[in-house]
Amino acid sequence: MINTPQEQRILQSKLGRVRGLGSTREGVHHWWAQRMSAVALLPLALWFVFSVISLTGSDYASFTAWAGEFGNSVFLVLLVVTMFHHAQLGLQVVIEDYVHSEIWKVGLLLFVKYGSVVFGFSAIFAILKISIAG
Amino acid sequence: MVEFSLPANSKVVEGKYVKAPEGATNIRKFKIYRFDPDTGENPRLDTFEVDLDKCGPMILDAMVKIKNEMDSTLTFRRSCREGVCGSCSFNIDGTNTLACTKPISEIRGDVKIYPLPHMPVIKDLVPDLSVPYAQYASIEPWLKSDTPAPTAERLQSVEERERLDGMWECILCFCCQTSCPSYWWNGDRYLGPAILLQAYRWIADSRDEAKGERLDNLDDPFRLYRCHTIMNCTNTCPKHLNPGKAIGEIKHLLLKRR
Repeated sequence: MINTPQEQRILQSKLGRVRGLGSTREGVHHWWAQRMSAVALLPLALWFVFSVISLTGSDYASFTAWAGEFGNSVFLVLLVVTMFHHAQLGLQVVIEDYVHSEIWKVGLLLFVKYGSVVFGFSAIFAILKISIAG
Repeated sequence: MVEFSLPANSKVVEGKYVKAPEGATNIRKFKIYRFDPDTGENPRLDTFEVDLDKCGPMILDAMVKIKNEMDSTLTFRRSCREGVCGSCSFNIDGTNTLACTKPISEIRGDVKIYPLPHMPVIKDLVPDLSVPYAQYASIEPWLKSDTPAPTAERLQSVEERERLDGMWECILCFCCQTSCPSYWWNGDRYLGPAILLQAYRWIADSRDEAKGERLDNLDDPFRLYRCHTIMNCTNTCPKHLNPGKAIGEIKHLLLKRR
């Protein structure tokens, strides 16, 4: 870094580089949303796992009947929303941590953000279809 | 994407071997990272046999002995030799610590000494710390107060002063800073544990009147929130301080003021 050609082309002071474009003043929102969704996922995920275990061996009809019950549908939708929201928040951080090529970073972030919306909404509509259309 | 190929001069080759003088019985091998930017050659790992019967107890004693008696070109920072200046921080036996307060007896087998990880190396064990120093300057580590200066000291109660314990002791050796993987990957934007500990030292100071401004400058996904509580910082600190906790306190305050 000290005597590399790239470094010789940058004469901006280290302090200027460290200050950069300044603080975004919005880091806490993302961090807190990640914590809150994690806390919500704890009971939702436990409920889901125990429900699936108790349905072991059931046929398709009884599975859809379970998913179509009002309370179960509500909790399934909540689980899907929370899970995909939490997942895209976390994956965003992983990508920002490790991917330093700007093109790859933007591409992967778009994929994760849009992907979680697409898959999340698909799951919600599937649950609603079972619940409402039967 | 992720860089898989190593940058130039990353491969460390086997260096020279310096034997202890005849008749030495209590010999310990010191393997020390060497890099000379003037030669353009790859870094090497030199081995020095040190007679522990004629050497002080600490790693730094052995390093000074090597420099005095075996190879005067060995380059490293040192000053106070008692753990208050923060100069002789190296990666010793795989852990960042101060050579002056680390006893040789605590290390089994060969003693491996490398520069602080993931910093550009100027020569041998001397890393370029200009970025962390600039990051330290960026948090403005001085008292900010709009209250007119009193004619005597600015008073603090015993309790207010106690809140600075565990922070004022930091000697800025950057053992924690350079042990943090988040700082390795994003050291250009993440401030790192040493700087965040110092940032909190001023936020926690009852005499400072710029807490909001200081928190504004830290409320950033990269400056502060690259901390993923890996806790290497707290594990490695040679002064047994807790930068991880200080970062947690900053996050708590940012939440509290929302």
